[in-house]
Amino acid sequence: MNEQAIVCRSVLKNFGSGDNVVRVLRGVDLDVNYGEMTFLVGPSGCGKTTLLSVIAGLLNLSGGDLAVLGTKVAELRNGRAVLFRRQNLGFVFQQFNLLPSLTAAENAAVPLMAAGWDRKKAVAKAKELLADLGLGERMDARPNELSGGQQQRVAFARALVHEPRLVVCDEPTSALDAETGQHVMELLRRIAVRPDRAVLVVTHDSRIYPFADRIAHMNDGLVTKVEKN
Amino acid sequence: MNYISWQMLTGDRAKYIGLIFAIAFATFLMSHQVSIFCGLMNRTTSQIDDVEDAPVWVMDSKTQYVDETKALTDQDLFRVRGVEGVDWAVPLFKGTSRAKAPDGRFRGVILMGFDDATLVGVPQRMLMGSWEALRNPQTMAVDRAGYEYFFPGEPLRLGRTLDMNDHTVKIGAIVDSSAPFVNLPVFYTRYSQAIRYVGQERNQMSFVLVKGKPGLSDEEVARRITSATGLKATTRNAFGWETIWYYIANTGIPINFGITVAIALVVGTVVAGQTFYLFTLENLKQFGALKAIGVTNWRIVGMILLQALIVGAIGYGLGIAMTAAFFEATKDNLDLRGFRLLPEIMLGTGGAVLMIIVLASIVSVRRVVVLEPAVVFRG
Repeated sequence: MNEQAIVCRSVLKNFGSGDNVVRVLRGVDLDVNYGEMTFLVGPSGCGKTTLLSVIAGLLNLSGGDLAVLGTKVAELRNGRAVLFRRQNLGFVFQQFNLLPSLTAAENAAVPLMAAGWDRKKAVAKAKELLADLGLGERMDARPNELSGGQQQRVAFARALVHEPRLVVCDEPTSALDAETGQHVMELLRRIAVRPDRAVLVVTHDSRIYPFADRIAHMNDGLVTKVEKN
Repeated sequence: MNYISWQMLTGDRAKYIGLIFAIAFATFLMSHQVSIFCGLMNRTTSQIDDVEDAPVWVMDSKTQYVDETKALTDQDLFRVRGVEGVDWAVPLFKGTSRAKAPDGRFRGVILMGFDDATLVGVPQRMLMGSWEALRNPQTMAVDRAGYEYFFPGEPLRLGRTLDMNDHTVKIGAIVDSSAPFVNLPVFYTRYSQAIRYVGQERNQMSFVLVKGKPGLSDEEVARRITSATGLKATTRNAFGWETIWYYIANTGIPINFGITVAIALVVGTVVAGQTFYLFTLENLKQFGALKAIGVTNWRIVGMILLQALIVGAIGYGLGIAMTAAFFEATKDNLDLRGFRLLPEIMLGTGGAVLMIIVLASIVSVRRVVVLEPAVVFRG
């Protein structure tokens, strides 16, 4: 297996056009390895979330080369790109974005249902994962009945249930208190990091830096430094 | 994903019920008002519909509808009888008179007079008595509404008397006739008696009822009569439609009902559309998350349309049930008899509801389709 899950070379991302163009990514070079948890850190507005969106195939890049899991995502047509995301990527969002009318187990099972799984089988598999995440008692609760930490654990389950090879997390602790943030990061590290999977985390929460294998610092649309932790 | 779509829809109970109510209200208004309109238009032809055994009607050439006639002469009747292809032709009187009950209660009535010899054209649905009774002198049949007006609260009984134009007439039969456009009692008697009960004019014959010889279509018989006599002859069905179109073209009824239906359509669309759009906006992050996870635009459009269809189907069902319940509850009310929910109206209302939900979902669909999944990464 290629050691690099993500290879960015001179990646550009512009918004707007003409005189109003805003260059958010100005030539990013970055490698993300399998079996590692890589943090993307930097001040607000430096382009972390945009880079994450480009890597996840949610935004098109404006220039440069980007290979995700050995695939040049930019060359995939729309339907193939969606399929690629569905099969290979897991997402953890800052605000969890759980569906309020579904139970915890159903929320965690959404990627499987999106892939065409039978609902009962999908929910059964999601329940196994939720049990691993310590939510065995709360599987039938709805998001508004769960604490922030519990909701984030459901979001982890949703990101991992279909066994993706790349997990992208956007500020996974920003909606949590410090203690809960530490707990969920321990959990994420325990269950998400595997030799055949890469985890990319965008954060500006320096308290969770110790959980990273590698930390890529961004500033003004560029990766300025990559440190091994 | 259909399950998720359903859960998203029913998860917001207030909007879900609001959407259903908007559709149900629009459905009820549309189906109810169109039913009343069709019932009213149907009533304009009730005297034509009740004459079941004469397929062709002959009248003055300028006649526009059944309620406004110019009297024909006996000679006209003989000329019609002489037309090649006419099997038989009999006179029909249709006019108005006034009847008075023994207690002094009086009212204008629609008076129908049938050929003395054959009684061709008498309504077929009898509640009490027999048409043979009309052969007796000073005897008539009355419709149920007329009986209940002149003898309110009393059981149906034959032999009671009314005064008509200084003639005492006996009720020999009670008929379940179609409701007339103007809510007047309908009396039936022989032609010769009918013309005695109304004010005197030189000619009294309103129509000639005709049956063609076997093998000839009614249209052909009508064409031959018109050609030979210069009178207007038309089939029973065509005359009914002429009458309906007369009322549509010359009264404010269709505009009045049309405005109500249009308001129901517009209000239903706007309220349903706005509520549905708000519902979609509030779920935008969730839709974005689904798109990021790998749910295709087509699947999400399918989810939204499924939600719209569910709401539309439930709202439509409730609205139609409300309309049906209204007509079921009022079916014994004599003033509302003849009004009913026709299958065609159910179908048409279904089409309108489909249009409402499609219009209501278009804006939402567009909003979600153009939504960038990257929106989920913006806190």
